[in-house]
Amino acid sequence: MVYIENLSKNFGALQALSNIHLHIKPKQLFGLIGPDGAGKSTLFEILATLRLPSSGKATIHGFDLQSKAKQIRKTIGFMPGQFSLYPDLSILENIQFFAHVYGVHFDESSPLTRDIWQHIAPFKHRPAGKLSGGMKQKLALCCALAHRPTLLLLDEPTTGVDPVSRKEFWEMLQSLKLHNITTLVSTPYMDEAQLCECIALIQNGKILAVNSPSGIQAQFKFHLFGVQSAHANTLLKPLRQFEKTQHCFAFGKTLHLTVKDASVSENDIVEYLKTQGHEHVEVWRMQAGIEDCFIELMHSENHERS
Amino acid sequence: MSALSIQAHQLSKTFGHFVAVKDLSLEVQPGEIFGFLGANGAGKTTAMRMLCGLLKPSFGHAMVAGFNIATQTEQVKKNIGYMSQKFSIYDDLTLKENIQLFSTIYGLKSAQTQERMKQLASQFGLENKLKSLVSTLPLGWKQKLAFSLAIIHQPRIVFLDEPTSGVDPITRRQFWEMISDTAKAGTTVFVSTHYMDEAEYCDRVSIMVDGQIQVLDTPQKIREQFSAPTMDDVFSLLARKKP
Repeated sequence: MVYIENLSKNFGALQALSNIHLHIKPKQLFGLIGPDGAGKSTLFEILATLRLPSSGKATIHGFDLQSKAKQIRKTIGFMPGQFSLYPDLSILENIQFFAHVYGVHFDESSPLTRDIWQHIAPFKHRPAGKLSGGMKQKLALCCALAHRPTLLLLDEPTTGVDPVSRKEFWEMLQSLKLHNITTLVSTPYMDEAQLCECIALIQNGKILAVNSPSGIQAQFKFHLFGVQSAHANTLLKPLRQFEKTQHCFAFGKTLHLTVKDASVSENDIVEYLKTQGHEHVEVWRMQAGIEDCFIELMHSENHERS
Repeated sequence: MSALSIQAHQLSKTFGHFVAVKDLSLEVQPGEIFGFLGANGAGKTTAMRMLCGLLKPSFGHAMVAGFNIATQTEQVKKNIGYMSQKFSIYDDLTLKENIQLFSTIYGLKSAQTQERMKQLASQFGLENKLKSLVSTLPLGWKQKLAFSLAIIHQPRIVFLDEPTSGVDPITRRQFWEMISDTAKAGTTVFVSTHYMDEAEYCDRVSIMVDGQIQVLDTPQKIREQFSAPTMDDVFSLLARKKP
């Protein structure tokens, strides 16, 4: 469906993307996970044929990105990171406008958009500018699907959207698979990675890892412990000074402690904290989540550079 | 003058027939980290704008940093700091120039500016970057700078509106360590976020639904009250769908 080979993009001295290789299979829900400034939007703009790569190549549906841009545009639906609909047009007018641009009619009963339409139809005469964040995103998704594309490019559709609306939005994305849609979606929220079939972690224009979420978690090289106490924030400093510690960060009410040495036990950590004057501490081994893996990969990447 | 940092009593705001905020009452202690949660459109931004003296309440009253938000807006603004999601900093100025600009706006004297610049640079590790153009810096540095600018005038309270949206997982955690240190030094922190794990770093949190505060307590007590393992679960239970 999408083949990206050795793709790079620089803006003057800034290397926005370096040697990107990605392969997205048909009907896949593929997540591009990384913080702001990682290069996600640049990659989307290149795939949407709005920017040219500096080097490397990519094909969508077998069409070359540079020479067959027109063909590609007919088959993709692109939802940019910035809200790009007309705030003074109503929900319905926006959808009809986008359908019209592609020379099709918006059909309210079309199976592809029926579910999304049901969410926004009660407010169809409301101006798009007066909708909440979650509603705007549903409308934008509906507009991107109006011409029945086969590849959906969604650049940070859930950024700044509250957790409940985010969940609803992801449920919609998952249901699109039933309609033979391939989706490439980017997000800075690591918890959303679990909802994709395949993810690429990206930072500073480089792909850090590509795999299924569970595959990425299985590749975690170190050993992870959860640490909790009534005063978890006071443990951060002593744990960072513990000689076995690779790094330690707060994850909500739990501290995640990464160690390199496989021989370190729960008890070693409890005993060490006792010597530092911290009693009543709970320590257990845990499986790394995507955010732990991202932190780990960021560290090794920084290590390589320095 | 009240010793509380924020004291809001039945604060309401209506736009025509639409009630954006209804009967908001809360008290925030000095040095407290107060998490202000809610779905999109729940009324968080309207409430924050009122507390910052930018929007007059329709009903109710509130004292912020000891000043009335309806009648003493200038004093309120002088005594609070504000950092928005989009960091209002100047990309084409250096870090140092940004600090000087904001110091001047807040009326700091030259000697005070120098001293604050030194303090903040050493506290947040900005020393080597003072002469760099903001546009050349990664997001994490910009975030540190934006936070430094929000507290440059040593406000009693700093309001942070989704300060960690879109940053990488390490920077996000380092930012919260910075918030904790600032609160420990006595500054009150009033913060909104969409990351539910971050609610755990707050001393107390409120969750707003349809313009009203539905729950206000420590994260632990809220979790217990709803028998929910995480704040994310509590949020899902409370926040209803809304256009």
